[in-house]
Amino acid sequence: MSGARDNVFPTRMNLTVTKTRLKGAQTGHSLLKRKSEALTTRFRVIVRKIEDAKLKMGKVMQNASFSLAEVAYITGDISYQVRESAKSATFKVGAKQENVSGVMLPAFESQVQASGSQFELTGLGRGGQQIQKTRAVYIKAVEMLVELASLQTAFVILDEVIKLTNRRVNAIEYVIIPRIENTISYINSELDELDREEFYRLKKIQGKKKERAANAQRELERKAAEMPVVADDNDNDDEHGAAGSSDTPNILSEQNDSDIIF
Amino acid sequence: MSQVTHKSRTLIAAIGDEDTITGLLLAGIGDVDAHQRANFLVVDSKTTQEQIEEAFTSFSKRKDIAIILINQHIAEDIRGVLDEYKAAFPTVLEIPSKDHPYDPLKDSVLKRVQLLFGE
Repeated sequence: MSGARDNVFPTRMNLTVTKTRLKGAQTGHSLLKRKSEALTTRFRVIVRKIEDAKLKMGKVMQNASFSLAEVAYITGDISYQVRESAKSATFKVGAKQENVSGVMLPAFESQVQASGSQFELTGLGRGGQQIQKTRAVYIKAVEMLVELASLQTAFVILDEVIKLTNRRVNAIEYVIIPRIENTISYINSELDELDREEFYRLKKIQGKKKERAANAQRELERKAAEMPVVADDNDNDDEHGAAGSSDTPNILSEQNDSDIIF
Repeated sequence: MSQVTHKSRTLIAAIGDEDTITGLLLAGIGDVDAHQRANFLVVDSKTTQEQIEEAFTSFSKRKDIAIILINQHIAEDIRGVLDEYKAAFPTVLEIPSKDHPYDPLKDSVLKRVQLLFGE
């Protein structure tokens, strides 16, 4: 037997058990393959979405920085003030799980807490309206970024899952199913050999039986032929001759029966 | 695959140049926690690569950060660390800056896509 096989006793019951396992493995294999294909299609869709979104993001961020430049032009440099007054985030993200063809993918959603108290003092009295406008532009930009990040996380996780599923598909196809098939052919060949041995034994015994029967028959015939010779000793010499025509001495006729006394 | 819900991850961290950070902070993502740790790093000409790497590593290890935004030209400086980064959380997003428009060829994440479909 080439290749690995499972170590089982070659019995008929094991044969049925192993055949069931083969069925199971084949079903599992086709299911996993379908899952992998579904995930890969999903994956491609996401990849395209990501590519589009990233290009869009480039433009959005560009707009936002123009807006910021306008502020700097009107108000002067606000970066220091902004940095100092950043205490607790008003823009947070919440995570929720989505089930995508059997895989739990996380999605981010923007949560803007409209406290607005952080930057109330910034630019007060000088171009505060422009700052508010820029703030709105940047909030929009970050919301877009959050969406992109969701897509990207989904992408990374799907990537892992697809690799894992493909690995399993290949393992079943190239390791498990050949093993089981080898086991089945091993059991079959062992059973065949046992059958052959049985058959051979049967034939041998039949042959021996026939031989024994033939021998016994011959003995009987010989005895039957000699019996009347022993009783009428001189009479049927021809028959005697015929019966005892073999070279072996006919002990029935040659000796008188001696008493069996030891 | 872990099925842990990431409800505690709520913050957006940022590593970028001054203008980018200002804009993002204006939107409200800035956060300084009780340990005086900020979730943003302003990178200027004086910032060393180790500082950037250290900031990135510490952001990626924090459990309350969901997304890390990083300017693409700064991402180039720590490209090695970024290419090694394979975790799903926090997500790393490369964004363009005022002077450096977005280049999809350099993005770490998109490079992994190419690996899959480049065959």
